[in-house]
Amino acid sequence: MENKKHYVIIGGGIAAVSCAEGIRSVDKDGFITLVCGEPRPAYCRPLISYYLEGKSELERMKYRPDTFYDENGIDVVFDTASSIDTDTCEVVLSSGDRIAYDEVCVATGSSPFVPPMEGLETVEKRFGFMTVDDALALESAIDENCRVLIVGAGLIGLKCAEGICERVGSVTVCDLAPRVLSSILDDSAAKLIEDKLTEHGIKFLLGDTVARFEPNTAHMKSGENVDFDVLVLAVGVRANVSLVRDIGGNVGRGIIVDNTMRTTVPHIYAAGDCVQMADVNGVERVMAILPNAALGGKCAGVNMAGGESVFDTAAPMNAIGFFGRHALTAGSYEGDVREDSGDGWLRRFYIKDGYLCGFMLIGDENAGSAIGSHAYDRAGIYTSLIRNHIPLDTVDAEALLRLPSVTSMTPEYRRTKMAAWKN
Amino acid sequence: MKRVVVNEKWCLGCHLCEYNCAFSNSGMKDMVKALKGRDIFPRIRVEDGGDITFAVSCRHCKDAICVKSCISGALSKKDGVVTIDKSKCVGCYTCILVCPYGAITNDGEGAVQKCELCLSTTAGTPACVAGCPNRALTLDDDDIETADARG
Repeated sequence: MENKKHYVIIGGGIAAVSCAEGIRSVDKDGFITLVCGEPRPAYCRPLISYYLEGKSELERMKYRPDTFYDENGIDVVFDTASSIDTDTCEVVLSSGDRIAYDEVCVATGSSPFVPPMEGLETVEKRFGFMTVDDALALESAIDENCRVLIVGAGLIGLKCAEGICERVGSVTVCDLAPRVLSSILDDSAAKLIEDKLTEHGIKFLLGDTVARFEPNTAHMKSGENVDFDVLVLAVGVRANVSLVRDIGGNVGRGIIVDNTMRTTVPHIYAAGDCVQMADVNGVERVMAILPNAALGGKCAGVNMAGGESVFDTAAPMNAIGFFGRHALTAGSYEGDVREDSGDGWLRRFYIKDGYLCGFMLIGDENAGSAIGSHAYDRAGIYTSLIRNHIPLDTVDAEALLRLPSVTSMTPEYRRTKMAAWKN
Repeated sequence: MKRVVVNEKWCLGCHLCEYNCAFSNSGMKDMVKALKGRDIFPRIRVEDGGDITFAVSCRHCKDAICVKSCISGALSKKDGVVTIDKSKCVGCYTCILVCPYGAITNDGEGAVQKCELCLSTTAGTPACVAGCPNRALTLDDDDIETADARG
């Protein structure tokens, strides 16, 4: 009995749940306490825009069924952690309660970053767009006539725009960057996405920023004035690193972990949007995307429970779509460019030192051409070249870049993956 | 781990598996009505590599990265089979972005589709296997780990 380990997972999202699953894959008996900062257990945050669009609902957004926590012996505490006491090995909650730990996983995610903007506090109806509560608050503030201004043309801001645009009078999106989705697309690729959103009545003010707010007006730096009823702030996010920083752990833009998800503090692991780690090419980054949260969380859990797991295939990758036009991207955009494009679609590859470094594939379900509607088909074959660091001279690179196929991988790969190959 | 495997030596490249797949998953009783004159969306795809052809479908990976990557919880693994709950799928295509075999496609109706071994159809046996004229396709049901375990 006394040998049972006590695991404390700080956070209630994808990384936290995956960590619990990782622990249970090794240790069926240890105590797991999951400290969930939101009033509901794990749900899929990227679905909040689909909720507003009417394409999902709260029940369907749950990441795991309600029975999951009991079935896996996970004690869910709805609270936040205020500190970790490494002397007594206890996690201190905001309520003052203390939970003893043997191993901790910090899966605290990120929080919206709101830069100082003059007059912002005078705006009555202003919202973030991260959580279900944000989405519900926004939903209660909008009606079919209201004018919405969204500050930030990144993934969060644009999905918000798509989600509400049929439910409000007008949507204007502004961003300091000269293009939409500036973190994952370049100018010409971004234009394809911007055009699609513009077709649906969304207005853009790019390369422009709010100089000053009045209660219902944004005075832009360019001199333009935007009247609005509801303001959504989607400028960016910052990793929640303070719990680890406060106990002397290394942090950069995120909590620094190695490829076993260990922080620099013994018995303290971290996973999800709050971490900074080496990508598949060894470049340290914050890769705040759901797949990495799931994979890193699982890896942390296995290691916390005494197993051995390595997560060394993290890569930036995003799939995002608007009104049937999808952008699938991965890796980094360096090296020689190979490109093919047409009306509403684009396929662009970045090749460096004999490896595929990154790609952007944009296609449209409603494109007139077959190639346009299939531009992103089987994109995962490209992603696997990046994640598994496969040299291009071992595959039929020319054929692959024209059309992704298992055929163009090595015969050995093809046979071991596709066939039982017993004869 | 169950999955449909192909012996590329015997695959004739006839594409019948694609038609049988589309029919099996159409929910219709008449193959002609189900397929004639329509764009078909099979979950198995015959690749033509010149001197060899072979069919590609979901490997039902051990640590399936599509399941790990699904932003809506629509993809899950039950009893060794990776399945898609279309009522939860929002068509974000993250799974298409990560599947190393290109075995997940859009279903033409805003969600994605993949091989589920005909478990939810009436076929019982995967229709591609049952209908393969040269027995190149078989249902493998052993413990060989072929999958992309580096998830």
